[in-house]
Amino acid sequence: MNFDRLKEKLEILADAAKYDVSCSSSGGTRKNKKGALGDSSVSGICHTYTEDGRCVSLLKVLLTNHCIYDCAYCVSRSSNDIKRVAFTVEEVVDLTINFYRRNYIEGLFLSSGIFKNADTTMERLVRVAKKLRLEENFNGYIHLKSIPGASDELMQEAALYADRLSINLEIPTESGLKLLAPEKNREDMISPMRYIQHGISQYKDEKKIFRKVPKFAPAGQSTQMIVGATSENDLQIIKVADYFYKNFDLKRVYYSGYVPVLEDKRLPSLTTEVPMLRENRLYQSDWLMRFYGFKAEEILDPTMPFLDLEVDPKLSWALRNLHQFPVNLQTADYQMILRIPGIGVKTAKKIVSARRFQALNMDHLKKLGAAINRAKYFIDFNAGNMYLKYLTDKNFRKLLIGGSSSKFQNQFSQQLTLF
Amino acid sequence: MTTLLYDGSFDGLFTAVFEVFEYRYKEVEIISKERFYQENIFAEIHEVVTQNEKSERVLNKLEQNIGRSGIHQLLKVFLSEDPELEQLILSAVQQSVQHPNENILQNYADSSILGISKICKSVDRERHRMTAFVRFEKMQDGVYFAKIDPDFNVLPLILKHFKDRYQDQKWMIYDLRRNYGILYNLENCDFFYPEEKIDLNQYQNKFHEEENNYQKLWQRYFIKTNIVERKNLKLHMQHVPRRYWKYLTEKN
Repeated sequence: MNFDRLKEKLEILADAAKYDVSCSSSGGTRKNKKGALGDSSVSGICHTYTEDGRCVSLLKVLLTNHCIYDCAYCVSRSSNDIKRVAFTVEEVVDLTINFYRRNYIEGLFLSSGIFKNADTTMERLVRVAKKLRLEENFNGYIHLKSIPGASDELMQEAALYADRLSINLEIPTESGLKLLAPEKNREDMISPMRYIQHGISQYKDEKKIFRKVPKFAPAGQSTQMIVGATSENDLQIIKVADYFYKNFDLKRVYYSGYVPVLEDKRLPSLTTEVPMLRENRLYQSDWLMRFYGFKAEEILDPTMPFLDLEVDPKLSWALRNLHQFPVNLQTADYQMILRIPGIGVKTAKKIVSARRFQALNMDHLKKLGAAINRAKYFIDFNAGNMYLKYLTDKNFRKLLIGGSSSKFQNQFSQQLTLF
Repeated sequence: MTTLLYDGSFDGLFTAVFEVFEYRYKEVEIISKERFYQENIFAEIHEVVTQNEKSERVLNKLEQNIGRSGIHQLLKVFLSEDPELEQLILSAVQQSVQHPNENILQNYADSSILGISKICKSVDRERHRMTAFVRFEKMQDGVYFAKIDPDFNVLPLILKHFKDRYQDQKWMIYDLRRNYGILYNLENCDFFYPEEKIDLNQYQNKFHEEENNYQKLWQRYFIKTNIVERKNLKLHMQHVPRRYWKYLTEKN
């Protein structure tokens, strides 16, 4: 093997794939076979973290950065003057296996620029997965990027070998997509997703009747939207996410704050900050919908289409719904305890479990892991709570913000430091 | 005050717990022989001889009350090497005997139980990190070798993980601090206890010829997958604390 040439390809094709934020290896349940390589567990493992703080769980590369499309936001777009390379199927397989054997990764995330046409590209991606599974006996995680417009036959094959499939929606609104990626259309993205969704539900039905059914995209589907490249608002983004969670059973929607890398009059200028705080708030909202029982309409409404940057969406909801508080920790149901600012899923479960033994007080709550600086204003104990008097205070919001320091504080003060 | 001295083993500890009940000791502390130095000169010393039947009786009884997962939690406390581990485990057993119909490990408002829950969380975190941060290096004889030095004694907790994952390659994970390891030879997966510390001086000379190439590829990948515009070293350090860097090929 020519390692120098392989290194050059890896550098270029990892660099080009890094803007895809989806990288989780969770949701897979592929057990190892006797004497083979690899085993995937539901929780997934982050093997390291880049200096930007993101998890590295999979070998995330493009098969090639040759692309026939010219999407404004993409570094691999055809009009961009960059060096083009392509991995062979054998090279990707070799890298995956050798990285996996050294415990660097959980598996492979393979995406690609589109060369020739959708099916030729998709066929090559499938060939990598197939070789890994059938020739290398590999049972680690494989995430394939579905190519918009790929045929049902290829999607069927992809789902047999991959754990997860995804198609990036790229831009949350259709008008935004028209503007930045005029050659792509929404329907080409959605139809492979629909095909996989039907396949998954069919698999579940057959599984009830037959003991052995070949796995079909066992870790489900995910997608990604770029945030801040066009002028969409947060309400639109959350609605799109909610629609895909509900209608396509998506496992995850990822939000990728736009990193300005290209000069184009349709895009924000190169000096624009990456909207990290906005991206963070979107993930918080996403969690509220998936784990906390919040509905999309509760998080934002048309009169207020952007997420509050000063307070997190759960606290923001609480401030708009003060009449639902205080919540009595001893008697309230789990769902309501989950809605108390500063209390997460784990703490809520501990509360419900510990209160069977004794009446809880503030000290207990602190030790159970609640963020007391927020939670203390919203709860009631059987013995009372002196902080409740603030709940009706006109300046309650200010008091709350003053009492906590945000890790994004410097983003608020940016304007001041300019002068 | 009675001091029970045991041999430092899991079964030894539970034999000691059995004897606390057997002899109806009221004021008691359990200490491992290795860590024992006479501090309380008025304490009466009781030497515990490890007896598997006694420890099994305690564990069986406990399993009825707190389940297998409860036993697993107590095992984690044991592996934490926490100076309070014996007292915490004894307290859990005593509470469980008093309330046989409850899973007392869920009484997070009790300070001992909360202590157990905190230790379990730390041990679990390190267990998980060891599944993530172990880096195998391929040696000339084809064995994939990894050295670790965790704060807690987590090897017994990660054996199954690696055994499930790597069945078609020989591998070895060696705990530098505790001088023992796990060895998988394509058939069996067992602990091994070398007489002397394994000498790792210049062991890189025994790398397989391809090893350095893959290490270099991984290091380049690590650099290229980073997004410079999003640099966030604070978050990076939070996820990969410096004490783990010594394991990581990409950080060297």
